[in-house]
Amino acid sequence: MSTHILWLIGRRLAAAVLTLLIVSVVIFAITAILPGDSAQQILGQFATPEQIEALRQQLGLNQPAIVRYLDWFGGLLSGNLGESMTNNMPVTELLQGRLGNTLMLALVTSVVSVPVALLLGITAAIYRGGRLDKCLSTLTLALVAVPEFLVATLAVLIFAVKLRWFSALSYASDVTSPLAFIRTYTLPVMTLCFVIVAQMARMTRAAVVDQLDSSYAEMARLKGLGNLRIALVHALPNAVGPIANAIALSLSYLFGGVVIVETIFNYPGIASLMVDAVTNRDIALVQACTMLFCSGYLLLVLIADVSAILSNPRLRTR
Amino acid sequence: MSTSVSNPSRTSALPRITSPWRSVGAVVCLFWLVMAVIGPWLAPHDVGQVVSDDIFGPLSAQYPLGTDYMGRDMLSRMLVAARYTVGLALVAALLSSMIGTFIALAAAVSPRWLEDGICRLMDALIAIPSKMLALVIVAGFGSSVPLLIITAIIGYAPGAFRIAYSLAASLYTMEYVQVAQTRGESRLYIALREMLPNMLNPVLADLGLRFVFIVLLLSGLSFLGLGVQPPDADLGSLVRENIGGLSQGAAALIAPALAIGTLTVGVNLLIDRISSHRNGR
Repeated sequence: MSTHILWLIGRRLAAAVLTLLIVSVVIFAITAILPGDSAQQILGQFATPEQIEALRQQLGLNQPAIVRYLDWFGGLLSGNLGESMTNNMPVTELLQGRLGNTLMLALVTSVVSVPVALLLGITAAIYRGGRLDKCLSTLTLALVAVPEFLVATLAVLIFAVKLRWFSALSYASDVTSPLAFIRTYTLPVMTLCFVIVAQMARMTRAAVVDQLDSSYAEMARLKGLGNLRIALVHALPNAVGPIANAIALSLSYLFGGVVIVETIFNYPGIASLMVDAVTNRDIALVQACTMLFCSGYLLLVLIADVSAILSNPRLRTR
Repeated sequence: MSTSVSNPSRTSALPRITSPWRSVGAVVCLFWLVMAVIGPWLAPHDVGQVVSDDIFGPLSAQYPLGTDYMGRDMLSRMLVAARYTVGLALVAALLSSMIGTFIALAAAVSPRWLEDGICRLMDALIAIPSKMLALVIVAGFGSSVPLLIITAIIGYAPGAFRIAYSLAASLYTMEYVQVAQTRGESRLYIALREMLPNMLNPVLADLGLRFVFIVLLLSGLSFLGLGVQPPDADLGSLVRENIGGLSQGAAALIAPALAIGTLTVGVNLLIDRISSHRNGR
């Protein structure tokens, strides 16, 4: 690997860290712009102004915003995410209990969606312009815009209510056998997969078609090779970078979808924790969850960028 | 939106075979636009009026979409909710497109340091998934209609900015812009009279996408109970309040969910049709 690539990757990494810093400022600014709110909330409506003032003093809410930001950010770095007001326990503990569940959901979704999307995208590219391609294109175009709760409701209706194959609610703690695993994860994963597969298949198709349009693919075609061989042996290796990019970008859609899916299926993950936190205006918890999601999202985008850099042979040889 | 719809029919001189799928988008979009305007006047019952003892009633001649979890007429509720969903999203999409485009134009004609600063800030805003951003804003400020519009703008104007900025940045190197600069025109004139007219088409297509995203965001928020607050309801709130009918397969639950789906899918198909017309595929 040349120093040039390392330099490019280093720059992306630095940009990602800088972006994360700005994100933290934005999140803090939005949630902490109303001082005193959390003191009021802890004590309830009937607290006297003196009590509120005292608690604000104790929580450090009277300090200027910049000091509070630095405090909070320092806490983030040292792993101290503050105290959840509604649960009366450290945010870190709350997150620890649930992070695994959300990661598991994301992992299973990726394992299912990536092969399906690649298969659909590559098939559509091979039969480009044909009837199958047109059907897949229209179908994926439509599915990209379908709201998660429509897919989820219909899925529950068909598979849980009518066919009684799966339970409508997920209890991640119940997973003891492979069968229970399937019962718990099928519906949420299926819902998440819909939009992601559609997105990923479209981007994969575009990446492979891009290669099939190149002159070396035309050369192979003139040489008399079959479509399948050109696509799989000639085009696909060159499309690996763009496809990896597509996978990472599509998986970043998980961060939006998981909020709805965890709520519908009552899945005990970080996203449903966050929705509860927003409903109760549990600011410390909201801040922590958002930072966690944004870091994950940025990480995926970074992976997408880096895989695009690494796959560019012009950069590799320099 | 009407200009973007009429444009391609003028520009596409060649007759082309249109499959029925392609016009579905336009028909669905037109339907929802009309419903958003006249829907509430068509409503046979008052939105809040309990008309039947039968909760989650089935489709019937009297109540074409059944009744909801309190025995209210679902058709009337949907007609009123559709105006919220379409109207809010349309306003928010127009504003985010306009704001994004104007910031992009301002950045393109600004000094280098300001341009870089704006781009960095926008990149950071794009890096926050819009649903997360919306949740944070609702957590900080509570939920109200103006706030929802502002939330959608903060969430989606940066995306519009990115599209418009890449257009503006390449236009800025064009000769006619350089000629205008040499002529001594002001930055404002260059941005509005020289660059903006040449960016309109892609910006309008992007506006359609913003609309789809914002419909999904706002109905998602309402579904979580964090969007439009009772007694008002948009289509997402209707899905939420009737989720109890899931185990019976109630029409009151499926109808609003399907409605949002047809709206977003319809707009998406329409944009695809318009942009493939333009590319002459």
